Amino acid sequence: MTAPVRLAVDLIACDGRGLCAELLPELITLDDWGYPLLSGRAVPAAQRGEASAAVQLCPRLALRLEAGAAGRTSGSG
Amino acid sequence: MTRSALGARTVSRLLPGDYADRTLARHLARHGNRPSCADPRRRDELIAEVERAGLTGRGGAGFPTAVKLRALAAAWPVPRVIANGVEGEPASDKDKVLLAVAPHLVLDGAAGAAELTGAREVVMVVHHSVREIVDHAVAERRAAGTDPVPVRVLTAADTFIAGEASAVVHWVERGVAAPTGRPPRLGGSGKRLGGGGKHGPGPALVQNVETLAHLALILRHGAAWFRSVGSPGEPGSMLITMAGAVRRPGVYEIETDTPVGGLIELAGGAAAPPGALLIGGYFGTWAEAAAALPLPFSSAGLAPVGASPGAGVIAVLPRTACGLAETARITRYLARSSAGQCGPCVFGLDAIAGQLERLAAGGGCDLTLVHRWLGQVRGACRHPDGTALMVASALRVFSAEADLHARGWCSEDRP
Amino acid sequence: MTSAAAGTGAQGLWFVSRGSGLVLLVLLTVVMVLGIANRAGWAPRHWPRFVQAELHRTLSLFTVALLGLHVITAILDPYVTIGWAATAIPFLSPYHRLAIGLGTLAVDLGAAVLLTSALRSRLGFRSWRAVHWLAYLAWPTAFVHALAAGNDMRTGWVAATVWGSAVVLAVAVLIRVVTARRRVPDSPANGTASRDDRVLR
Repeated sequence: MTAPVRLAVDLIACDGRGLCAELLPELITLDDWGYPLLSGRAVPAAQRGEASAAVQLCPRLALRLEAGAAGRTSGSG
Repeated sequence: MTRSALGARTVSRLLPGDYADRTLARHLARHGNRPSCADPRRRDELIAEVERAGLTGRGGAGFPTAVKLRALAAAWPVPRVIANGVEGEPASDKDKVLLAVAPHLVLDGAAGAAELTGAREVVMVVHHSVREIVDHAVAERRAAGTDPVPVRVLTAADTFIAGEASAVVHWVERGVAAPTGRPPRLGGSGKRLGGGGKHGPGPALVQNVETLAHLALILRHGAAWFRSVGSPGEPGSMLITMAGAVRRPGVYEIETDTPVGGLIELAGGAAAPPGALLIGGYFGTWAEAAAALPLPFSSAGLAPVGASPGAGVIAVLPRTACGLAETARITRYLARSSAGQCGPCVFGLDAIAGQLERLAAGGGCDLTLVHRWLGQVRGACRHPDGTALMVASALRVFSAEADLHARGWCSEDRP
Repeated sequence: MTSAAAGTGAQGLWFVSRGSGLVLLVLLTVVMVLGIANRAGWAPRHWPRFVQAELHRTLSLFTVALLGLHVITAILDPYVTIGWAATAIPFLSPYHRLAIGLGTLAVDLGAAVLLTSALRSRLGFRSWRAVHWLAYLAWPTAFVHALAAGNDMRTGWVAATVWGSAVVLAVAVLIRVVTARRRVPDSPANGTASRDDRVLR
């Protein structure tokens, strides 16, 4: 059983380009200004590959995968 | 020491009775010599004493000081102790006043903290209005050989966000007063933050100046002394700033758990019947005056109205003033104070401020939209979060006012 | 017969080299324009952005393959002496030293861009971006190489393709520069409010 991972975003680097939400619509939605809203829940095993792809494709390298399941959303503080 | 009708009194631990003389000699006459904390065998015991005293951070977050000290002592040696006297909160004056009248107490605390964590220097980040005073105090101590490590003084950037913990570290290390999205690491290798400068990598100890002043006294007089005033849960004395419609606004030193009404009395009483209070500063929350006045001024005490002491500010809004107008002005200020690094903060706070301004002016305002945005604003630091909490509390407390405004009236118009 | 075949074979290599060079320039132009479009946020309405991003990457890898063909056929060509070393180090080729050298330079710059992109997550965004800007240097270098080393500019459609590519890229860059807006605006934020703005004094 692999350790749970979740998505986290560095909002200082993020530019609201929206590629991540296109790739992972079940896990990432965009707020009213185009920036990603993350649920903070663990990434389901079936979507690990897509999540890694989203991390690679983010033009600003703002998206990352972190160990752990529950936690703060959207990288504040 | 003054006592009010409600039994509230001022305390004179940090703030001396005589403000005119802030020389080193006067400080030593009042408090005695600073005990050395350099002995490594006593280090754990001294930190345990601080823990018994129950000292928590006085910068607004209330983090237990002993926990921070212990974590950084474990990361020995840390590069520096940073005394945060930036006080970006505009409604708060306590840190400036403390540095102006008792700089040596803060410096004693910083020196003690440096010895306990193995810091190689102390950096005082202070507001420009007290820069000269602090420079002078540091020079006095240098001449007397008082401090175990070099002390340097920096003037803080004069913005709201400059007082945020990671922004202070960023300012000290790179001259940029913007939060970095990673809080100063308590321990471990601190990659980006606390990692620069000639003293090598490692996390820095950041403490509010008032916390350092309390630390200096605890290291002299012990935990039992510290706990002899204030409530058992949140012991000691604290500095508060009374602002708004009170007869004698300013900084006072009080014991924790004093009722809010008593604090207003200490400040000369309300200048006009109070309608609402902004507790904690711009980053605090609004509360109805009637509900808040009997409550003790502590985290536990203020919980029923959803408030907490924060930076120790109580601003009184008279009943005849429009709370929505004040809230709109504060929110616009906070929106303009954003460091501008994170889109949701910049755009979100601006949008919320815009809606509040329309509401205050009597125009149409979509409150569902505002509530939606309050849930969406976020960023690399707590700036948007703190603003959202303040706005949410305003919409709760001033809901009747909002109804009036929706109909084109305002309580200020009443004859 | 053998020498005729050999002659044709050699001619074949030379044709492939020139032909692949032309396609390469066009491909490089498309990659550059896609890169600019990605950065600027230009995307057709129903076209997901990540597809455009992937296209930019995939085409750039295809460019590498084609580049391999272009370079190897040029080296193997018996009529000109370029030498293997000149594929990596500029201005070593005895044949048309400057023209070929510029080609090598363009390859070196492109290699830097490609390598750093492959290692992007390790390098961090800023270092990656700094090197990626070399693309704006690589393309003109390749272009001058095409003008100087290419023997087909007298042919109408070849010249049209080469100059056309330059025009397309120039237009893309111009539009990008003129319409560039900082996503996070300077006002209303960036901590411009001063302490004197406070209320509730």
